[in-house]
Amino acid sequence: MTTEAAMPESVLLRWVRAEGMAEIEQYRRAGGYDAARRAATELTPDQVIEMVAASGLRGKGGAGFPAAQKWKFIPKAAPVKYVVVNGDEGEPGTFKDRTLIEGCPHLLVEGILIAAVTIGARKVYIYLRREFYRGRRLLEAAIAQAREAGYVGERIFGSDHAVEIVVHSGAGAYIAGEETALLESLEGRRAMPRQRPPFPAQAGLYQQPTLVQNVETLCHLPVIVGLGPDRYKELGPPALFSVSGAVARPGVYEAPLGVTLRSLIFEHAGGMRPGRRFKAAFPGGSSSVFLTEADLDVKMDPDSLRQAGTMLGSAAVIVMDDSADMVEVMARAVEFYRDESCGKCTPCREGTVWIAQIFERILHGRGRTEDLALLDSIAAGMTGTCFCPLGESVPPGLVASLRLFRDEYERRIAVGAVHVC
Amino acid sequence: MTERAREEIRRLAGLYEHRQSALLPALFVAQQEAGYLSPEVLESVAETLELPLTEVTSVASFYGLFYLEPVGRHVVHVCTNLSCMLNGCQRVLSRMQEVMGVRPGETTPDGRFSLRTAECLGACEEAPAVLVDEDRWAAVTPEEVEPLLDRYR
Repeated sequence: MTTEAAMPESVLLRWVRAEGMAEIEQYRRAGGYDAARRAATELTPDQVIEMVAASGLRGKGGAGFPAAQKWKFIPKAAPVKYVVVNGDEGEPGTFKDRTLIEGCPHLLVEGILIAAVTIGARKVYIYLRREFYRGRRLLEAAIAQAREAGYVGERIFGSDHAVEIVVHSGAGAYIAGEETALLESLEGRRAMPRQRPPFPAQAGLYQQPTLVQNVETLCHLPVIVGLGPDRYKELGPPALFSVSGAVARPGVYEAPLGVTLRSLIFEHAGGMRPGRRFKAAFPGGSSSVFLTEADLDVKMDPDSLRQAGTMLGSAAVIVMDDSADMVEVMARAVEFYRDESCGKCTPCREGTVWIAQIFERILHGRGRTEDLALLDSIAAGMTGTCFCPLGESVPPGLVASLRLFRDEYERRIAVGAVHVC
Repeated sequence: MTERAREEIRRLAGLYEHRQSALLPALFVAQQEAGYLSPEVLESVAETLELPLTEVTSVASFYGLFYLEPVGRHVVHVCTNLSCMLNGCQRVLSRMQEVMGVRPGETTPDGRFSLRTAECLGACEEAPAVLVDEDRWAAVTPEEVEPLLDRYR
C-alpha cells in the first residue's frame, strides 16, 4: 500500500491543525458556519437527514449506531426535544474528542447547530468531562462568540430556529459515557444506566425525545453538509483514530474508515520505538478485544472488526510492544472496570472484583494453576448477564488473553510458586 | 456556604428544566469555596436546591471528583491507565510519592498537595499525563516531578 493512498487530504483534522481556529473570525474565513447556515435557512430537516444517511455516518462514541437512523427515531411532532452532546470521553486510549474541542471548538458548535435545527431541538446540553478544563474554557468562549454572531440563541442565522447551548461538566465517572447513564447524571443523579427501551430518542432527558450524540460524530456534520455526502464518502469517509501506547508518534490521525491497523501503527504513528517489536493492540479502547500480529491487516471499520471478533469502539488504538507484560495489561484493564462499575448489577459489580482479586494474587506470586480456569468461568458468568456494556466488555478481552497469552499467565503462576516455596 | 455561592447555585438551577440537574455543578461551586464537601456543606447545597440531603450525599459520594474529606491546596492526579502505564507512569508516581512523602489518596502534612491516581485523562498522546488542579502536563518524566511541583506553592 502506498502512503499516499492511506493519507488523502485531511477533512476533519485540517480544522484542528490550522492556527487560530478557536476564533470565530478565523473559522468563518475558512468557510465555517456556512453548513449550519444552510441547514437553518435553506435545507429542510428531511434533506439534512438524507445527506447524513447517504454519508453512512455512524456514531463515533463506541456503539457505532447509524446517525441518521437515530435522528429518524426522534418523533417530529414532539413539542420538546433535546440534543445532548456526549463529551464524556473516558474510554481508555481515546483522545480525539478532546483534540477536536481544543483545536476547533467551533466545528463542534456548528455540528450541534445542524443537529439541533434538523431534529427541532431548542435546547442543547454538552456533557463534558470535568478533566477537560482547557477544552471547556475554549468551548464556552466559542459558544459566546457564536451567540454574539447570532448563531446561538433566538432566530439563529436570521431563521425561525432558536438554539440554546449549555455546557455541563461531569464529575469523574467513566460510566457516564454510556448514554442513558449520562442522562441520569445530567438529571443530577448517580450515573447509572437506564433500562432500554425506551431509548433516549423516545424518552431521554426529562423523559423527552433526546438525541445523544458523540462529539466527533457531530463534528462530521459540517463536513457532510458542506461537501455533500458523495464527496465526503470519496474522501474516506474520513475517521479519526487515537493511537497511543508503545508507538513512536502517538497522536490523533485521520484516515479513511477501513484503513488497516498496520497502516495506522506503522505509517501514521511512525511504527514501534527503536529496537521494539509489535505485540498486540486494542483497536477500540480497552473495552475492545486486543489484536495480535496475525491481525495487523484487519480493516479498521465497524463491520470488519466485528468479523475479527472485536470492535471499532471509539477507534482508540492502544499499542503494546514486546516489553509489555500481558498479564499486567489485563490486570490494569480489569482494575479500571472494577473501579468504574456503577454497582447497579451483580455480575459486573461482583465479577470485576473477583477477577481483580485473582489478578492481584497472580501478580503477587500467589497465583494457582486453577486460577486460569476460574477466570474463564467468571468471564462466562458475566457474559450476557451484565446490565450495560461496561461489564460486558470485560470477558471477551480476558478470555482472549487467556487463550493467546496463556504462557505468560502460566509463567507468572509457576515463578510465583517457586518464590513462595 | 456564602450567600454568593448560594446565588450562583440558584443561577445554575435556572439553566435546567429540573433543578436537580444543577446538583453536580452546585457541588463543584460548594467544593471550590469550601475546599471539600463536609456534611455541613452538603446540607447547605441540599437546602439551596431544595433536595433531600440523602440524595445529595448519595450523588456526591458516587463521583470521583467530589472530595468528601479535606484535600490539599493543590490536587495532583497521575494518570495510571494503559497508555500511561505503557509509558512509565509508575516511575512518575513513585517519584511523586518520594517528593511529597505521601501515598496516593493522601495529603501532605503541610496541606500543600493531595496525591491521587487518575483513570484515563484522555491525553494519551502526552503519556504519562499529569493533572495538577486544572493544568495538564504532558510526557512527565521522574526528573521533572520536583521542578513541576515547585511551581505550585
